[in-house]
Amino acid sequence: MQQIIYNGSMDPRAFKDVIGKTIIGLLESDSNVIYLDADLMSCIGTYTYHQAHPERAINVGVAEANMMGIAGGLAASGFKPICHTFGPFASRRSFDQVFLSAGYARNDITVIGTDPGVCAAFNGGTHMPFEDVALYRTIPTATIVDITDTIMFEDLLKQLIERKGVKYIRVGRKNNAKVYAQGSTFEIGKAIKLREGKDLSIVACGIMVHEALQASKALAEQGIEAEVLDMFTIKPLDMPALLETAQKTGAVLVTENHNKIGGLYAAVCEALAANLPTPAACVAVEDEFGEVGPQDYLQKRYGLTAEHIVEVAKGLLKRK
Amino acid sequence: MDSNVQSLEKFAAQIRLGVVEAIQARGFGHIGGSLSIVDTLAVLYGAVMRIDPSNPRWPERDKLVCSKGHAGPAIYAALGLLGYFPYEQIKTLNQPGTNFPSHCDRNKTPGVDMTTGSLGQGTSLAVGMALGDRLKGRDSKMYLIVGDGELNEGQPWEAFMFASSRKLDNLTVFIDWNKKQLDGYVAEINDPIGFAPKMEAFGFHTQQVKGNSVEEVLAAVKACEGVKGRPHAIVLDTIKGAGVKEVEETFSNHSMAPSKEACEGWVRNLKAELVKMEAGE
Repeated sequence: MQQIIYNGSMDPRAFKDVIGKTIIGLLESDSNVIYLDADLMSCIGTYTYHQAHPERAINVGVAEANMMGIAGGLAASGFKPICHTFGPFASRRSFDQVFLSAGYARNDITVIGTDPGVCAAFNGGTHMPFEDVALYRTIPTATIVDITDTIMFEDLLKQLIERKGVKYIRVGRKNNAKVYAQGSTFEIGKAIKLREGKDLSIVACGIMVHEALQASKALAEQGIEAEVLDMFTIKPLDMPALLETAQKTGAVLVTENHNKIGGLYAAVCEALAANLPTPAACVAVEDEFGEVGPQDYLQKRYGLTAEHIVEVAKGLLKRK
Repeated sequence: MDSNVQSLEKFAAQIRLGVVEAIQARGFGHIGGSLSIVDTLAVLYGAVMRIDPSNPRWPERDKLVCSKGHAGPAIYAALGLLGYFPYEQIKTLNQPGTNFPSHCDRNKTPGVDMTTGSLGQGTSLAVGMALGDRLKGRDSKMYLIVGDGELNEGQPWEAFMFASSRKLDNLTVFIDWNKKQLDGYVAEINDPIGFAPKMEAFGFHTQQVKGNSVEEVLAAVKACEGVKGRPHAIVLDTIKGAGVKEVEETFSNHSMAPSKEACEGWVRNLKAELVKMEAGE
């Protein structure tokens, strides 16, 4: 269960201060948990722990494909591996290894890809994955979550390491908006309704949950009541929740920090087309490469803003 | 020749026959690289590895990862002969619904320790398994077989560097230097110059032997026992298609679809060889 405490303010805790602590906590509570990183330990606060416990927190160096394979081998030996690197290297760079050495071979691993989409900011286009979800969605057995806030991360990592298959967590390193109260728990594959509405549904994940909630406020001021769903699990998609909201409002707007091809929007459209054809639109990256800049600039550059959601929502309503 | 070597030669001949019989049943298959590694498999499964065919997933067992996953037919023959499953099942190779696919699959074939097939990937998996065994306090050994063409890939070298830096002396890498990959000669396609110096440079305890001699392979594996603190590499100087003259002499022998008559002849010859070996004992 979740307690929603959203008021538009930022999470006082940055992900980078929470990710490492959560991993270390799991290492200390379960001797079968093992953590691998590809030379990015300092980015999530695990390097000091690694120095003290190099065999529990393994730095494989800048070799992501090798890391995924080693993790697969460790899984076969009875461990629950957690791998971390930046999103593009956790997906594009090592996709075949995740697909085969982990997925196909049934070696269950958990992969954390940090700095999804525009969160890559000053690392720029080479480090900016707008396609990681699209890739992972094609892996049978994969579970994919896009994290909303730090409370959600802590709860989901704990659950995901126990889950079968390939588990992919996309999460930033900075501060997202605060949405959930301490003690909230989450069910994988179950969306969370953050706001009731009747005119359209906004289905969001990750950093776009905050933008969706801001947009819903602006829309309400114009007499449009948007329902907002936090669809933090992209695979498996919460079909009952999606169909229920689509049935109720008759229009679905999906927003994600990802290419509109292959991600949450695609998943939602596939589900709606097959089950309940419903007018849909997206606020997502329009099939473009990334570029460098501060995150707020990049959100404007790619249209990942509350203002853009409002505009697209109004267009969508005309198609109802 | 001591009796151990004789019995391993016989085991190798049986595996060789199994490779040909499986490929004969399907009509085609990766015969060249299966045959080149037969003698090493005979040594490992016949005289070296701590295994229990009645308990294929026994955690304390020694493990073998055939990263050149297309040598599946050779692995299957060896495992069938050891009783992991009825030997006759290997003749379902690549039939619809089979548990004996072209490339090794740990979830299908009892006794296969890791799924492989996308070249290079078995190396990291084996390294992870060797590390896992060490962390779990098991004294299991890991035997990793890689192809020479496979070493065109970059991933094995990442895995070797890591294995060496972690001093994984429970790992032995066999490089099946059979000189040919799918399209032709390894030396012409992407000349490795020399595998032994490379492995030495990567920090491995390295030997090079005649890889189609069970005696030499066995001696090399035994020589690893006294060397601690480094992973081991054994470069196997082999012949692609070893033990079946026509396959050895065929240039393009990575995957072949031999005629029914050819297969029958090879099976006849291999069986006659086995009879001779038995008579010699």
